[in-house]
Amino acid sequence: MFDISMNALMAQLLVGLINGCFYALLSMGLAIIFGLLNIINFAHGAQFMVAAFLAWMGFAQLPLLLGPEFKINFWLALILAPLIVGGLGIVLEKTLLKRLYHLDHLYGLLLTFGIALMLEGAFRHFYGISGLNYDPPELLRGGIDLDFMFLPTYRAFVVVFSLIICAVTWYLFERTKLGALLRAGTENAKLLQAFGVNIPLMITLTYGFGVALAGVAGVMAAPIMQVNPLMGANLLNIVFAVVVIGGLGSILGAIFTGLALGLVEGLTKVFYPEAATVVVFVVMALVLLTRPAGMFGKEK
Amino acid sequence: MKLTYIAACLASFLAFGAHAQVSDNVVKIGVLNDLSGVYSDLSGQGSVIAARLAIEEFGGKVLGAPIELIFADHQNKPDVAANLARTWFDQEKVDMTTDFPTASTALAVMEIAKQKNRVTMPSSGLATAILGERCNALTAQWTTNTYALAAGTARALVKEGKKSFYFVTADYTFGHSLEKDATEVINHDGGKVLGVSRHPFPGGDFSSYLLKAQSSKADVIALANAGNDTINAIKQANEYGITRKQVVAPLLAYISDIHSIGLEKGQGMYLSEAFYWDFDDKSRAWSRKFFEKAKRMPTSAQAGVYSATLNYLKAIEAAKTDEAGAVMAQLRKMTINDAVIRNGKLRADGSLVHDMLLLEVKKPAESKEPWDYYKVKAVLKGEDVYPAPNPACPINKS
Repeated sequence: MFDISMNALMAQLLVGLINGCFYALLSMGLAIIFGLLNIINFAHGAQFMVAAFLAWMGFAQLPLLLGPEFKINFWLALILAPLIVGGLGIVLEKTLLKRLYHLDHLYGLLLTFGIALMLEGAFRHFYGISGLNYDPPELLRGGIDLDFMFLPTYRAFVVVFSLIICAVTWYLFERTKLGALLRAGTENAKLLQAFGVNIPLMITLTYGFGVALAGVAGVMAAPIMQVNPLMGANLLNIVFAVVVIGGLGSILGAIFTGLALGLVEGLTKVFYPEAATVVVFVVMALVLLTRPAGMFGKEK
Repeated sequence: MKLTYIAACLASFLAFGAHAQVSDNVVKIGVLNDLSGVYSDLSGQGSVIAARLAIEEFGGKVLGAPIELIFADHQNKPDVAANLARTWFDQEKVDMTTDFPTASTALAVMEIAKQKNRVTMPSSGLATAILGERCNALTAQWTTNTYALAAGTARALVKEGKKSFYFVTADYTFGHSLEKDATEVINHDGGKVLGVSRHPFPGGDFSSYLLKAQSSKADVIALANAGNDTINAIKQANEYGITRKQVVAPLLAYISDIHSIGLEKGQGMYLSEAFYWDFDDKSRAWSRKFFEKAKRMPTSAQAGVYSATLNYLKAIEAAKTDEAGAVMAQLRKMTINDAVIRNGKLRADGSLVHDMLLLEVKKPAESKEPWDYYKVKAVLKGEDVYPAPNPACPINKS
């Protein structure tokens, strides 16, 4: 069981870190949305999937429809797809979600869950289940020989880019005036509104931002996984566990737990692969037993 | 029993004249499969189209009785499949059920069908368990099984001098069955298995398992999984540059999977299939008919539904009855040769032994049109790739 070489171990840790980046990005979006809207956004996985599909459509379908000069490459998709998905998120918030704020968490959860099922069903109907191929951009193909493993350039890019986005988002929410307002909004929205802050607008934009983060993750995942209607649903279980372990609503918690659980999961895959899907939930149970509010959560 | 049967025949003969031999005066075929989940691309609506093509070939009638088709989604759950089948047998007068892309659903339905004296023809339920201790005389595993698939691919690789294997296996019945059958073949042929990683089903990220397989230095990384898992594993093996030094061999890959992976990443891989649309004139002619309706080429699973339906109807015609036992006896007498199956003989235990194809995925430059994906490396004789009758099956004991 422990006959693993140092090199192989390093390789597995790196792979764990790569997955961890996806967990961190997705759970950060969830944490932000929960923090301000008090909504458990079950549509997060579907929004992630839609962004991946948008990237694929821009590359494979748009040129067929409008001519080859309309081909959207990866870099453009990385900007456009999150904007579109975030925009759709804003529409969703304005039309449906805002009607639920005075109700129990459960209603928001059910609504977003239903939306996720509808999105997945629609894409499954039109694109089937086997998944569509989306290649990484020319610039990031190939890889670097690290001696202990061959690191695909694209995966290295994913790690760096995700970490930058995590850092920027954390800075935005924890260190700027805007962030201070947002955090104040989660504590006492009414008081803040009395000071003349446009709370409904803030909420709408926050939801849009959280969804756009899922969109960024979706576009980045497209070249790694097959673009398929269930790609988000498969990830979402783990991401929810990450949010709970990190502490609901905590951005720092989401980032650290996301990365840490990626590593834990990677190691489990080496030593006892059958437990890889369960280990995250074992950790969740242990954390909740000792710290009910999560690692970085504040008890209210 | 026999007397009542004769009496029933006589009675219906008097009542219905020409189509006396068909119970309920209709032959009804049920396609039970995955219409919405992970296997809906490889079976799904395509299988329904395939069954319809077989019925059309008969002009919609056998022995003067109309042929009807019914289909439903078993959601890959044995309990759902069992409930649907029960309703079909009791209320819908269904005579034969086919497809079952998840073998556990076939195992559930086989038993009920046997009690109700109906025929079951799993054409995409591939686990060899169907031929094991729960086998019965009214079941025929039509297209192929995990052993034949593994034997074809693994044997060819060992013969080429690639003797050490590492398995990446989906952690459920089907994956285990594939891994076990392939291991048997590899050991028998003088190869060896260096290790196994079992991944949860469905997987998604295979990097860890692939890196482990890579560090084992095995000649071949054998994938004992299916559908999206196989697609993702192959894609990621390319990403990590594993395919440059080791051979990645999917033990089961449908043409719909290769379509998703693309030839760029799939080129050079070996795989075994019961059917490839571009094999000969007969298979091409039928596949083009299928293509007109489905807008994609048939997978071997879908082609298998066509063949099962067609031969079931042929057997009714020859036996002059749709009584399950008589139809099965007739099927066992026939040599199966159609657009899908070559030189097929149905064994007493329900295994259809027929020629299999060893295929190599083409390079992108070699492919002349969409779906032109394989070179046929060899036609493997049925008796060389199908397993010997399983002694656990009660039919083989007597």
